Amino acid sequence: MKNLILTVPVLLLVILLSGCGSPSKDEKNSAAPPAEEVTQNVNSAPKDDAQRGIGKFDASNVKISDKLDVAMAESGEKVTGVKCSSCHKLTEERLVGPGWKGVTQRRKPEWIMNFITNVDEMLNKDPEAQAQLEICLVRMPNQSLSDTDARNILEFMRKNDGVK
Amino acid sequence: MLKKNHFIIALLAVVLLSGFSACKPKNAGSAVTSGAAEKAYVAPGKYDEFYNFVSGGFSGQMAVYGLPSGRLLRVIPVFSVDPEKGWGYSEETKPMLNTSHGFVPWDDLHHPELSQTNGEIDGRWLFGNGNNTPRVARINLKTFRTDEILELPNSGGNHSSPFATENTEYIVAGTRFSVPPDNSNGDVPINTYKQNFKGHISFISVDKTDGKMDIAFQLKLPGVNFDLARSGKLKSHGWFFFSCYNSEQANTLLEVNASQKDKDFILAVNWKKAEEYLKAGKGQKVAVKYASNRYDEKTHTATSTIKNEVTVLDASVLKDICYFIPCPKSPHGCDVDPTGEYIVGSGKLAALIPVFSFDKLQSAIAKKDFIGDYDGIPIVKYESALYGEVQKPGLGPLHTEFDGKGNAYTSFFVSSEVVKWNIKDLKVLDRASTYYSVGHLCVPGGNSRKPNAKYLIAYNKITKDRYLPTGPELAQSAQLFDISGDKMQLILDFPTIGEPHYAQAVAADVIKGNSTKIFKIEENANPYVAKGEGESKVVREGNKVHIYMTSIRSHFSPDNIEGVKMGDEVYFHITNLEQDWDVPHGFAVKGALNAELLIMPGETSTLKWVPDRVGIFPIYCTDFCSALHQEMQGYVRVSPSGSNIPLTFSTGTNKPAESPEASAAPKK
Repeated sequence: MKNLILTVPVLLLVILLSGCGSPSKDEKNSAAPPAEEVTQNVNSAPKDDAQRGIGKFDASNVKISDKLDVAMAESGEKVTGVKCSSCHKLTEERLVGPGWKGVTQRRKPEWIMNFITNVDEMLNKDPEAQAQLEICLVRMPNQSLSDTDARNILEFMRKNDGVK
Repeated sequence: MLKKNHFIIALLAVVLLSGFSACKPKNAGSAVTSGAAEKAYVAPGKYDEFYNFVSGGFSGQMAVYGLPSGRLLRVIPVFSVDPEKGWGYSEETKPMLNTSHGFVPWDDLHHPELSQTNGEIDGRWLFGNGNNTPRVARINLKTFRTDEILELPNSGGNHSSPFATENTEYIVAGTRFSVPPDNSNGDVPINTYKQNFKGHISFISVDKTDGKMDIAFQLKLPGVNFDLARSGKLKSHGWFFFSCYNSEQANTLLEVNASQKDKDFILAVNWKKAEEYLKAGKGQKVAVKYASNRYDEKTHTATSTIKNEVTVLDASVLKDICYFIPCPKSPHGCDVDPTGEYIVGSGKLAALIPVFSFDKLQSAIAKKDFIGDYDGIPIVKYESALYGEVQKPGLGPLHTEFDGKGNAYTSFFVSSEVVKWNIKDLKVLDRASTYYSVGHLCVPGGNSRKPNAKYLIAYNKITKDRYLPTGPELAQSAQLFDISGDKMQLILDFPTIGEPHYAQAVAADVIKGNSTKIFKIEENANPYVAKGEGESKVVREGNKVHIYMTSIRSHFSPDNIEGVKMGDEVYFHITNLEQDWDVPHGFAVKGALNAELLIMPGETSTLKWVPDRVGIFPIYCTDFCSALHQEMQGYVRVSPSGSNIPLTFSTGTNKPAESPEASAAPKK
């Protein structure tokens, strides 16, 4: 009983603090956020389209065709070799991060684009990204991908998932 | 009885202490007034307002502090090796410390100088002088890394350096020790100083776009000691002023023998005139030997080039370049005010401060108002160049900085104080004690056309009781004064690295937005780069083994290497694949007679290792990088020289063997 009485105000405090304690725009902290922030900011992803993650990409600016763009996929494969393949296999096997097989079926294209270009905010706020972090426990590095690089990587992931 | 003794001792101590404090500055506590803590406080997570670049003195490095907090932000390795950063240990940085004498792992850095455009600090480069083996370094203020080191021929002790002209057209380097010129026979009796020793001043050109330095020309002058210098500004742009002592031309016991004359000199140099002579081909090409070392940001590699010629203008022969102005008692500081009109000389043994007028100097030169010459250089009449003297300012003036509001601040070593005085009426306005024996002063932009005079920092030579005792040697002390009001207010002490000589400061806004966060991996042009794990490999070339290794949170590739043999030279070329700010990886191998590497995101860096015994050698990442940093490790197997173990490398595939002896080499 005594514990419970104490717990309520502490929780309240944590919520209040994290409300005004979120990093300002110009402070892109790559360090792990404080634990309470991880659990409190669950709802900050837009409600209308929670599946797209957080970032500048949404259904309006990520155009996906049924067919594979071979040239884009090839460029994407090159960037992957430099910036991604140290930690991600093309199979389902997890290395440092999850294997890529099936990722384009599991995630919306916008989510993938937002995650790989807006890594820190996604890891700090997006529940899906956070759930993945709990499994891998290594924060995905921000690899400074350009928007074009990111789109090409997405195309390569689609190729890896069998899109022709 | 015992108690009584204690009492007497205590009483004696009090008497003694109070006796000392009468001639010493007031004690520390009483000098700090209220509000000091607030003024120096920078809250956690907040940026400082100014960068303060402080010379590391005999550490050979440059320290970067934030003001007003006095927090140490970085130590930039310059002239001394730095095992922490692999500076001078990695194959890529070793050439930076090459000289005509070979690899020199240390120097004594005295004076930082920020580059200027139109007489204002532009935040591009920071220069520093190597005092012992004469050199000038250029630090890139995007990367906070030393990009260039240039050796200076015909010099012995590069003290009067590296001061810049208004648009950084030149960085100057005047020799402290006069010596026989490099191309003459130097095997002469030391007491032939007057006949054989010369003082050279180098004018180093700085490329406007990339900052690359070259010696444009050297001025050959009579043998004296050049001490400090300042360029003219605005109306006096085109002129440079150097303090010189030992006009007695003594070669022994200078403490006494170079203090004989009532006046030494300030040398006024019309460098525009020198340029004319240079253009007219009046310079003499002289055979010398000096190193020009440059770091390339794309290859992440330094190159050292030995150069063999320098152009010398003989100032005793070529008229109208140089004039001596008499200046009392072994001048040290030689500082030009923001208007370019006043030149302040500071005689180390003087009890007054002479202020010279550029206009009066010009008319004295026009009228040939000379009192004679010194080895062919005209000496202007003291009174004809003098604007006036500050009377009884203190004892032993050293350096002067300006606030841009008509005031000057001069440090006094002997009387241990900073004195504020008005340039126009030469009246003392305020004085503040320092703890103890102040050397250089710094006002942000205090040497430029536009000082940003919120603070003044005093760099003290003696620390004594300022900090907790740490044995015989104490960290030297810098003291921060708020000078925004009429009176100077001491607000903070902070310790410094090595020995701070001069320092400069600039508003953070001028620099912080340009800071490099990563090196783009796509642009990495190091010949040993591995752009992705797919390119990691091990290649044998004779007895040289090149390991193209990548690092990313948190593993190396390859991390198992076999087939290295005794007698091999192993080169670990580590490429950091990270592309995120503040994620360096480190690298170390057991037993290496070397240091660690600290590899920035997108950079390639090489550690040479010559195995000294057969066995298994661990490698690991030295810079905490992720939750699995402690897992970032690997092994290199070293076999005897005749071994037939093939060269193999892998990451993640060399799984535990079934039988423990499976791949062991037969014992010899």
